[in-house]
Amino acid sequence: MSVLTSPRPPRQWDPNWPGRRLFVNEPLRLDCGTLFGPFTIAYQTYGRLNPERSNAILVCHALSGDQYAADPHPLTGKPGWWSTVVGAGGVLDTERYFVICANVLGGCMGTTGPGDIDPSSGEPFALNFPVITIGDMVRAQKRLIDHLDIPSLFCVIGGSMGGMQVLEWAANYPDCVFAAVPIAAAARHSAQNIAFNEVGRQAIIADPDWCGGRYFLYDRQPSRGLAVARMAAHITYLSEAALHRKFGRNLQDRNAVTYGFDADFQVESYLRHQGSTFVDRFDANSYLYITRAMDYFDLAAEHGGSLARAFAGTKTRYCLISFTSDWLFPTAESRAIVHALNAVAANVSFVEIETDGGHDSFLLHEPEFFKTLRGFLLGCAEHRGLPRFWR
Amino acid sequence: MTSLLAERRGASLRDSADGLRRDLQLVAEMIPPGSRVLDIGCGDGALLAFLWRHKDVDGRGIELSQGGVNACVSRGLSVIQGDADRDLDAYPKGAFDLVVLSQTLQATREPRRVVENLVRIARRAIVSFPNFGFWRIRLRLLAKGRMPVSGLLPHAWYDTPNIHLCTIRDFVALCAEIGAKVEHGLALDQRGQSFSLDPQGTLANLLAEQAIFVLRGSEPS
Repeated sequence: MSVLTSPRPPRQWDPNWPGRRLFVNEPLRLDCGTLFGPFTIAYQTYGRLNPERSNAILVCHALSGDQYAADPHPLTGKPGWWSTVVGAGGVLDTERYFVICANVLGGCMGTTGPGDIDPSSGEPFALNFPVITIGDMVRAQKRLIDHLDIPSLFCVIGGSMGGMQVLEWAANYPDCVFAAVPIAAAARHSAQNIAFNEVGRQAIIADPDWCGGRYFLYDRQPSRGLAVARMAAHITYLSEAALHRKFGRNLQDRNAVTYGFDADFQVESYLRHQGSTFVDRFDANSYLYITRAMDYFDLAAEHGGSLARAFAGTKTRYCLISFTSDWLFPTAESRAIVHALNAVAANVSFVEIETDGGHDSFLLHEPEFFKTLRGFLLGCAEHRGLPRFWR
Repeated sequence: MTSLLAERRGASLRDSADGLRRDLQLVAEMIPPGSRVLDIGCGDGALLAFLWRHKDVDGRGIELSQGGVNACVSRGLSVIQGDADRDLDAYPKGAFDLVVLSQTLQATREPRRVVENLVRIARRAIVSFPNFGFWRIRLRLLAKGRMPVSGLLPHAWYDTPNIHLCTIRDFVALCAEIGAKVEHGLALDQRGQSFSLDPQGTLANLLAEQAIFVLRGSEPS
């Protein structure tokens, strides 16, 4: 399996994709100072909004995710990235809740990103796209929630970068967030995580097909660079124990090592597969911009250096969840958020789930995780007076 | 240690008729309706759930075991996974009306700092603990020369989570040392029946198998 032979990745909206798009005319003031817009938000919804408009859950996706949380991905045909959680009778029960998931600003699945046409030049933005932040992503989502006429979200939930958005939502729009669930998240991106992101970006930038970010003009794609970025990142989403359990030192379709640089080991083959399938659905420039947004995230810095101040006076009910084997967003990061919430006597639950699944555990089948999440949401629904069935 | 603590809280004291352990019932009786309560070592959340149902209490919990936390969060209680040593520093002065530390003090690493934190973060602190001055314990050590094992302290010395055992006198002395005022106390037998004894007296220290003390804490600053 080669990482070289991949079709052109998507970069602009395809009208055949499911879901909706909101055209936002009013420009957005970005953290970098640029007034950006008009822009478009692509989103998907599941379930129905109740007459009181009080049962909406906003799901925030992670770095490589998109709005297709619970239906087959239009490019890969694979089940939605959170189809284990979102659905009728699921933890995020679409019979009860109205679930919204939007592609982030800077993304490549229909929300305006570096692959879209810059109206001022008629060419794709590429590196003329402004550098965006987690705060910018959330302000863009707020436009969507306002458009949907939802005064207060029942819950904002997400893992990893999605968890960063949850924190940003809860800190900046406390009256609009009844419950917040940041999973495997952190209040700021650590030096180690910035370092990993930089490796990924440099892999893309070093690919001659990247062409200074203007690969579209030359009908080329930095597929090798993006694949390497994904391979390196994917290792950080797992754990040593999980890699050993899945692959050990097992060889791939052979009985002995070949004394060459072929994928002798199963783990190599697996990573190459991860890399090559990723370039089929993701845009390299989007990867640069979104990883940068994560690097810049530091919620305390946005509030005068005090994380507690970010949450002062909050009425939101928080549930933080971390995973024992997650070394990318370790439990200590969640605990720091818990302590900041305690400092303002906020209503907070926190549980560390024991698993060897690593950072990606929030995407896996983890019964204890599901049980905690379901229970927390049921408790919140009771506190909010959400009927069990409203139809 | 995690599971041992959870077991101890769940099993060592006999459940009372309505499902709430007798010592927790006594604690519940001391809590005024509508107060803000932090229950440290809240187990499966029995006390918090009781207080929420019957006393309209705004309750929070801290519990060490994942099983306990999951049970709490799954029933809609606000509980964090943590412990008294690590997670009390973050709370501001007077954050709660009441803080409850039930049968847990002896399992903390720094009991003195824990008690200081209790009276800092709440107006009142309710602390219950097994009394190591109980006559049977004294007798067992004296007669057999072995570490005492009892209904309230069921573990062998090598696997006990109870690393800082104290007598009632020790506890009262600690409170005096750190300037925490004892408002009220109860000397109890194993089943949680109270003796009509001065809880700080010599007899209580000899006859009581456990004790509950109410300490005066801080007003919000």
